[in-house]
Amino acid sequence: MLPLNTIAFLVENKAGVLFKVSNMFRRRGFNIESISVGAVEDPQVARMTVSVYADSRELNQIVLQLEKMVDVIKVKRLDPMRSIMREMVLIKLDTVDPMAREETLKHVNAYHGLILHIDPESIIAEITGEPKTIDEFISKTRPIGIEELSRTGVTALEKGYLKL
Amino acid sequence: MSGSKAFVEGLKRENVDIMFGVTGGALLPICDELWGSDLRFVMARHEQGAAHMADGYARALGKVGVCLATSGPGATNLVTGIATANIDSAPVVAFTGQVPLSVVGTDAFQEVDIIGITASATKYNIQVRSPSEIPPAIKSAFHIAFTGRQGAVLVDLPKDCQINVEDIEFPDEVSFRGYNVNMTPDTREMDWAATLLSKARRPVIMAGGGVISSNASPEVIKIADMLMAPVVTSLMGKGSVPSDHPLFAGLCGMHGTGEANMLVSDADVLLVVGARFSDRTTARLEDFSRGAKVIHIDIDRSEVDKNVETVTRVIGDAKLALQGIIERLGKLSYEPRANGDWVKKMKMFKDQYSPHELSDNPHIRAPAVMRALRKALPRDALVTTEVGQCQMWAALYFDAYAPRTFFTSGGLGTMGWGFPAAIGAKAARPDVPVVDIAGDGSFGMTENSLATAVEEDLPVIVVVLNNRMLGMVAQWQRLFYGRRYMAVKLGEYPDFVKLADAYGAVGVRPETIGEFEKAVQTAIDDNLTTVIDVPIDPEENVFPMVPPGKGLRDILVEA
Repeated sequence: MLPLNTIAFLVENKAGVLFKVSNMFRRRGFNIESISVGAVEDPQVARMTVSVYADSRELNQIVLQLEKMVDVIKVKRLDPMRSIMREMVLIKLDTVDPMAREETLKHVNAYHGLILHIDPESIIAEITGEPKTIDEFISKTRPIGIEELSRTGVTALEKGYLKL
Repeated sequence: MSGSKAFVEGLKRENVDIMFGVTGGALLPICDELWGSDLRFVMARHEQGAAHMADGYARALGKVGVCLATSGPGATNLVTGIATANIDSAPVVAFTGQVPLSVVGTDAFQEVDIIGITASATKYNIQVRSPSEIPPAIKSAFHIAFTGRQGAVLVDLPKDCQINVEDIEFPDEVSFRGYNVNMTPDTREMDWAATLLSKARRPVIMAGGGVISSNASPEVIKIADMLMAPVVTSLMGKGSVPSDHPLFAGLCGMHGTGEANMLVSDADVLLVVGARFSDRTTARLEDFSRGAKVIHIDIDRSEVDKNVETVTRVIGDAKLALQGIIERLGKLSYEPRANGDWVKKMKMFKDQYSPHELSDNPHIRAPAVMRALRKALPRDALVTTEVGQCQMWAALYFDAYAPRTFFTSGGLGTMGWGFPAAIGAKAARPDVPVVDIAGDGSFGMTENSLATAVEEDLPVIVVVLNNRMLGMVAQWQRLFYGRRYMAVKLGEYPDFVKLADAYGAVGVRPETIGEFEKAVQTAIDDNLTTVIDVPIDPEENVFPMVPPGKGLRDILVEA
């Protein structure tokens, strides 16, 4: 299996740019595993973080093809050792059974998550962590009964003086 | 000022004097503004033709070509032409009308999402959202289309933005944080390239379309002479080095010459200038120039190491890069005479692979037509080609002597490109004869451009190599599919002589090479749009050929 890589880049914060970026990935046959987007301190600029399965040659092409796009300002592949990577998941678990409720609270605590909502049938929790931590949490709570979940995709910053 | 007034003024500021287009409902405000302006509007009969005309114009002049189409089907009809120009790095700016912003997104009459549709077929595209955005959009479009690796840019103009009146300013320049073209190559990269070249014993230069767009032909010839290095070209590079230059070895690739393919395969250093290693040029990638250290000069960094791994690269304008390398080579001690054996080998390959010609065949042979055409035309005549067998015959047997004299749809391989492109080229260079080397299949795809050629007084000569077949597909079926001719026979009609006549052009059907030469001469002398319908043998193949999946060395010179 190809390694999962993370690329961060700045783009012009305007209509249609997300489409053009994702369209480039599609057209060149690169498969986006996750993508997260938001404006940065300069409201004219948005930062995108993409994680993608690719070998080093493909990764090189992705960076170059992104750099070539008029609306892309700056591109960097992130070194996981020198970056902080985080993802958030919102998860709704079926907790009609009191045992399930107890299990849920135990797992959420173990993963330093938050309980956001409780009603008689279900609990919504929030967990933040590295993507593989989220994967772990999901697989551990699967037996409880997942009603639905939503992941944000990875977002990341480099440590120390390093910046995009 | 209204948006359409700003549009016309914006174009004038980019020194546009001609555009090719088909009008329609969503262009009415602009058309009304063009009425009485001194911009020439060449009416195409189909938007694809308009885009190809702009493309031919751009390639012939080295200037941005402009085409125009209405919304919906007008815009979608442009797409083939835009994609063709873009992949061949031709600077074309396309304008499309759009339904008013108030109904964009409602599936209004003749609405199509042309921004979405052309996102991956253009270098950049923009939809204007107000009249005041029109001048900066035009400025950006011309800037992006013409700088760096040139390409196609589309500007979508909603009808209300054409009509509405706003305070409008015309920027002198535009800048993009994400688009900075660095033309100047890195000095260390040039040092490396020069050192490698100075040590080469079997150097080969491959010249691509980038040599032509950066006007680097003199530098390529100079460096070839300095190193005694044979020069091969990609299809797009044809004309960058004169065919009669002693170091010229012809086209490399699937339908390359034997000597070009063998030289590239045997080289120890391959200097590639402004070419992108298309699969049609490299043939089987694993076998491509295996023993060679590859030096790649390109303005587009993403082309380096995309298909072929390089040892060193020089990113920047090809002309500047070559000048830098030449200067450095001059200071290095090296012995180009030692490459004399290599040049001898080139001559040996040339003899070994000279194509066989059948003399006992009663039909006119396509290579003979190409040579006769070359003889009849002045050296500076412009030639476009269609796509398929006719294109490969032209590439192999029609000699080009100068850059910007030979044009073809190399990347997309668009049948029907050559004829409208020839019309555009004629608009750019009315002083020289312009010829489209066509096949009957390709010509059929855009033959309605005859109306434009005649009505707009842009006379071009169409040489139809007529085998009543989609010849290249038929050739593959003949060679690799047991002669099962599926969907390639075109039958007896149309009669191209009568067709030409119907459009008010001249049609002739020569029966011999002598008559053909005469027909070309008459067409040049009379300066009239002329269709020369040359019947050829439907069984004739284009050779040499590298069979699909094989390497450049596995070249066949006959079936």
